[in-house]
Amino acid sequence: MSKIIRLSEARRGDRGVIVQVGTHCHHEEHEVELERRLLELGLVEGAKVELLHEGLFGRDPIALKVDDMRVALRRREAASLNIEIGGEA
Amino acid sequence: MDAMVKSLRFALVGNPNSGKTALFNALTGSHQKVANYAGVTVERKEGRVQGTDGKSLIVTDLPGTYSLRARSLDEEVSRDVVLGTRKGEAAPDVLVCVADATNLRLVLRLALELKQVGRPMVMALNMYDIAQRQGLQIDLEGLSRDLGMPVVTTVATRKRGLPELIAAVEEQAKHAAHQSEWHAPSAAEVRTAHREAERLMKAHVQPPARPDTLTGKLDAVLLHPVAGLAILFGVLFVMFQAVFTWATPAMDGIEAGFALLGQWLGATVTNDLLRSLLVDGLIGGVGSVLVFLPQILLIFLFIIALEDLGYMARAAFLMDKIMGGAGLHGRAFIPLLSSFACAIPGIMATRVINAKRDRFTTILIAPLMTCSARIPVYTLIIAAFIPNTTVWGWVSLQGLVMFGLYAGGIVSALLVSLVIRRVLWRGMVEPFMMELPAYKMPDIKSVLMNLWLRAKIFLKRAGKIILPLMIIVWALSTFPYPPEGATGPAIDYSFAGMMGKFLEPIFAPIGFSWQMVVALIPGMAAREVAVAVLGTVYSVAGAEENIGTLATVLANDWSLATGLSFLAWYIFAPQCLPTIGVVQREMGSKKWTAIFVIYLFALAYLAAFITYHIAVALGAG
Repeated sequence: MSKIIRLSEARRGDRGVIVQVGTHCHHEEHEVELERRLLELGLVEGAKVELLHEGLFGRDPIALKVDDMRVALRRREAASLNIEIGGEA
Repeated sequence: MDAMVKSLRFALVGNPNSGKTALFNALTGSHQKVANYAGVTVERKEGRVQGTDGKSLIVTDLPGTYSLRARSLDEEVSRDVVLGTRKGEAAPDVLVCVADATNLRLVLRLALELKQVGRPMVMALNMYDIAQRQGLQIDLEGLSRDLGMPVVTTVATRKRGLPELIAAVEEQAKHAAHQSEWHAPSAAEVRTAHREAERLMKAHVQPPARPDTLTGKLDAVLLHPVAGLAILFGVLFVMFQAVFTWATPAMDGIEAGFALLGQWLGATVTNDLLRSLLVDGLIGGVGSVLVFLPQILLIFLFIIALEDLGYMARAAFLMDKIMGGAGLHGRAFIPLLSSFACAIPGIMATRVINAKRDRFTTILIAPLMTCSARIPVYTLIIAAFIPNTTVWGWVSLQGLVMFGLYAGGIVSALLVSLVIRRVLWRGMVEPFMMELPAYKMPDIKSVLMNLWLRAKIFLKRAGKIILPLMIIVWALSTFPYPPEGATGPAIDYSFAGMMGKFLEPIFAPIGFSWQMVVALIPGMAAREVAVAVLGTVYSVAGAEENIGTLATVLANDWSLATGLSFLAWYIFAPQCLPTIGVVQREMGSKKWTAIFVIYLFALAYLAAFITYHIAVALGAG
């Protein structure tokens, strides 16, 4: 049973595959910019992610394993990423 | 024949944490120089390397990046250097893309982007020893064929592969550069490049047989929400202990050295004016700043070692939420922490913050962290006015006031940051996203080289900025001479004395006497100098050694309200010309430096005003 969630809603230990980067509401300059920066950091469709660590306050920020590297970001930014969890990955 | 004399130039480009700086250090050794690019405060690192035929090559180290697309001033400069469009900078003949061999995915995409620039390229797979240890199999020939550039392997820390790298650069330089086709890639183009990088990975790189498990294990503890924070505070505790205790012998040594030099000059130089300039102006002034060099070096030693270890990114992760509450970036944590020893290394360390707004906010509040130069002033005033009693049975009242002064600085820094966020830069939240690099043992030689670099920058600044300022302050407090038969200390009759009396009406509402204003003027050179000047003004010889005597004099002369007001003033006032000089250099803007100075003086005045009047109302006038 796989389902698609926002990365910002993921909990420690969740793993899945990125299915969408960016909110696709491209009227806002900073949304476009954020999407490109996420992509440049390797957060691209098809990348395997696992949520490794959460911060103490509000479980924020989060540390992820993205393919074979580790990346930290805030849940605020993670909200523009969708991942599919519970699949074969 | 221009081509014969012109040295071949190449630039190192790569992701952060690819060991690019280590490679630069290994290539150039001590033949490097660090300056700023013309007109901007972006560090320009250049060095010389011996080529195969004895001719030297010029290598430039560019800041680590994931893309040529520029978001900050640093990245703009890097992009323009790579593209060869920066005025006054010769374009590099060859680009060397430096990769962490164990972490190739992102750098392959960068390499594909760099290829569009059209310049001959070489790919350097650095940290190749770690890749081999992990059993990572890379098909170098296949990768080289598909990328269309030579691929060499290097181990910067052991100087392996360097001749091969240089030979490849020289070989590539024979090819002519093509017209650049580079443009800022769109999201769709980044996605396409990622797919191509993924294909290259699948085709030429076998996943490691023994992957790095240490980083994961360490992170389980170091990024643990509770244990991680506890360890971070433990690390900071050790750092502070080191800065305040290990540095003491060296600081005492420097102080004694300057004192000896002063004595010797005092005895040797017969001309009174020259002696005063040398002993009081130069040696006294520069000595009072250089004495902080051991502390500054220790802070930088910790920062550089922790950065190379890979821990700094973790510290930013752990502190991001806490700092974010005040509108600060996680990366602002270490610079602010360093400012407790001295704002100068703290402000210099803000270079790790990429976004200009976050960096400027951090610089603006850095001096509110109580630096060690304020300790002598606080100690003196507390000894004079706060009774040495205990409250609630066990808390020393004097210690409590000291703690209050530190806390006052921190709380007001957070408030200022909040105000800046709310008023100046509303709604702009810089995203916090960064790579958490694999832990690596720092290379001692590379750490020491970077430390030496920082020391050189500090010393240069001491010479260029601090020295002239010290001479001005000395002249103000020396000329004109007191008239015949004058009874008061000489400084009373000097320009500083006149300014003190002239400015007295401005400072009267906050309870300062003109003698105090006089002490503030030379105190601009460095905060703790005010103690020595108060000693001079109140005719207490050797005030720094005889804090007790001076404290008694002050306790008789000032009211309690004045003493408290002076403390409140010192929490905020930018009483330190070297700091202002560094702010000017790092912000690169007269307007921002002016804002920095004015807002801090205004806060100081306001805080002292409120403190004084509340104290007077409570009967402490």
